[in-house]
Amino acid sequence: MQDELKLLGGAMVTLALATSALVVVPHIQLRDGQPPAALKPYTAAQLRGREVYIANGCIYCHSQQPRDKAFAPDDQRGWGRASVAADYYYDKPHLLGTMRTGPDLFNIGARQPSADWHLGHLYQPRAYVPGSIMPSYPYLFDIKDAADPGDRVVNLPPGYTPAGKVVVAKPEVMDLVSYLQGLDHTYPVLQGERNGR
Amino acid sequence: MDTVTILLSSFILSITGLFVFIWSLRKRLFDPTSAAANVIFSEGEIGHGEEPAASATQKAGLAQPVAGEQKPVLDAAQQQAMQRELAERVEADRSSAFTTFVFLSCAIVWLLVATAAGLVSSIKLHEPDWLVQQAWLTFGRLRTIHLNAVAYGWAPMAALGIAVWLLPRLLKTHLVGARFAILGAMLWNAGLIAGLGCIAVGISDGMEWLEIPWQVDILLVAGGALVGLPLVYTLQSRKVDHLYVSIWYMGAALFWFPILFLIGNLPAVHFGVQQAAMNWWFGHNVLGLFYTPMALASVYYFLPKIIGRPVQSYNLSLLGFWTLAFFYGQVGGHHLIGGPVPGWLITLSIVQSVMMVVPVISFSINQHLTMRGYFSKLFYSPTLRFIVLGGMMYTLSSIQGSLEALRSVNVVAHFTHFTVAHAHLGLYGFFSMVMFGAVYFVMPRVMAWEWPYPSLIAAHFWLVVLGFSIYFIGLTIGGWLQGLYMLDAAKPFMESVRVTLPYLQSRSIGGAIMALGHVVFAGHFIAMALRYGPRRVGAALLHTRATPSAIPAGA
Repeated sequence: MQDELKLLGGAMVTLALATSALVVVPHIQLRDGQPPAALKPYTAAQLRGREVYIANGCIYCHSQQPRDKAFAPDDQRGWGRASVAADYYYDKPHLLGTMRTGPDLFNIGARQPSADWHLGHLYQPRAYVPGSIMPSYPYLFDIKDAADPGDRVVNLPPGYTPAGKVVVAKPEVMDLVSYLQGLDHTYPVLQGERNGR
Repeated sequence: MDTVTILLSSFILSITGLFVFIWSLRKRLFDPTSAAANVIFSEGEIGHGEEPAASATQKAGLAQPVAGEQKPVLDAAQQQAMQRELAERVEADRSSAFTTFVFLSCAIVWLLVATAAGLVSSIKLHEPDWLVQQAWLTFGRLRTIHLNAVAYGWAPMAALGIAVWLLPRLLKTHLVGARFAILGAMLWNAGLIAGLGCIAVGISDGMEWLEIPWQVDILLVAGGALVGLPLVYTLQSRKVDHLYVSIWYMGAALFWFPILFLIGNLPAVHFGVQQAAMNWWFGHNVLGLFYTPMALASVYYFLPKIIGRPVQSYNLSLLGFWTLAFFYGQVGGHHLIGGPVPGWLITLSIVQSVMMVVPVISFSINQHLTMRGYFSKLFYSPTLRFIVLGGMMYTLSSIQGSLEALRSVNVVAHFTHFTVAHAHLGLYGFFSMVMFGAVYFVMPRVMAWEWPYPSLIAAHFWLVVLGFSIYFIGLTIGGWLQGLYMLDAAKPFMESVRVTLPYLQSRSIGGAIMALGHVVFAGHFIAMALRYGPRRVGAALLHTRATPSAIPAGA
């Protein structure tokens, strides 16, 4: 080949094809989607919590996309019905994830509604799930001699609180728990919302 | 939008385009003398390999004729013409030396950063309470630092350094506009340092491969564009008619990457599930349309160069290039199989993933046919070992990738460490291996200095081969078991975690051995930069001395 313009022209055409197929057409197809009536927008605290989720890289071990029961037994694990595009209406950026080193979290709010559980589990996962390989997040908590007024003290199983101290949740972990509690997509979706599937 | 229509039209379009290109180019490329394949050799040079990393004994071994190899006998005039061309090549090398050195030095630093972050992340997966007091050391951030230091540090710095060095050689000219490349490298590295800092303190765009905040990405885009300028200028001042196959790969990749990066990082355009589709369009195309072609360009240059024999079938390399260009761009959707994205998109990606067999097989056959009869050279050439092994890993990882895109395999492998092992087979087994080999070839020319301790090259090779074998085999088995356990609803989820533990530990061991190899590599690089060891005497050593008449000067 002797012509660099032919080379670059061809290269750009192939990339344009790929971009149309994987970026532009999905954009056109999905941009007019409406949120399901039962899906609530995130609260301010939940949005802040979502940022904590992103900042600490939860996505690298937890997906948010249960698969169809015809394909994989995700629903039998209690992860919920197969998600549809409309479920992600308020998600910017998307947090679908690609790993299940830990379980899917798309409906963790329905599965574990308790703030105490979440706070304690984030402080020390192995206090609740023996054998868990999730990191503990002590930097999201303060260890104090005594709780100040307004502090959210974390109730841990016996033996996990440092002797003579209290474990107090920092604001960012409160936001994170609020986000996790809000992850509840158990409402039914109509067939029409399963667009393209 | 009608599913079948989109699917069919895209597929037919791809196939048609492919044939149009092959048809439009085939006349020249069925040239029986395959002039284009010979463009990297001077007249009379075929039969004389070039291997700057070899020690004196290895050079003697390389010069041994293999069966069927023809070493042309040159008359005085041809001899002179060849010497003149070689002198020009030395000039070409000199024009790119400093720029290449800057890029490769940065690459080595990022390799060490990425290795450290990767190794610590790996250990954290089985020691979850290790180093948890600091936010920046948490798994989620350190793993991301590892990925970004590889993806935007080691990989592009190495690939661009090699490209900058190859361009003047391939175009038989000088590197034009080197200062833009250096400025670009500075901006790029500044951007990457800022980006990794952002990730460490928890500022992230939140998408895999696109974590660096888009504001910081502006630095990378500007830096990348500046690095692209010398490519354009040097192309314009070329003195060859034929653009060698390496130029297609590098030229296309250097134009593809900025477009990918720009679209991927556009703020406030992408949303929800569409963003996920874009995310994996980007994530996979960075691999397929940037790292892969850059490494293939290196293989297509260094392999024939070292063994002193043009690539077997130029036509196959053409087929390989255009099928890669057509099919690879559309495979990204296979990361979302079973996900909430439109079904046609996934089907399209699966089809194109399987079609990737075409470019891969054409490359593999070509490599094998070129090497056939010349495998003994692997004993003597430290560079060739890395490059040939890397080429084989390309075949393996791509075939594995095509299989993984099939729904029946994907349902097990998706969401598991199997995919992590696969990703490393491509980016490490293939890309990094080829880059290691290329660095060993290039640096003696860049520094006009020999590698001071040839045994360290062998140590590097065997350490990373051993370490990576442990890494890959263990993690592949562990990931597959993890997937099977997860699909078995009768088993609690925790079983799928427990089953991976021994394999995660073996991955840390393999990773540690790889890390040791990288330290050896970096140490050797520094020793060379500080000019330890024997002094190299310029132009005359450009060639192994196959005929006594070709030893005019020096040892």
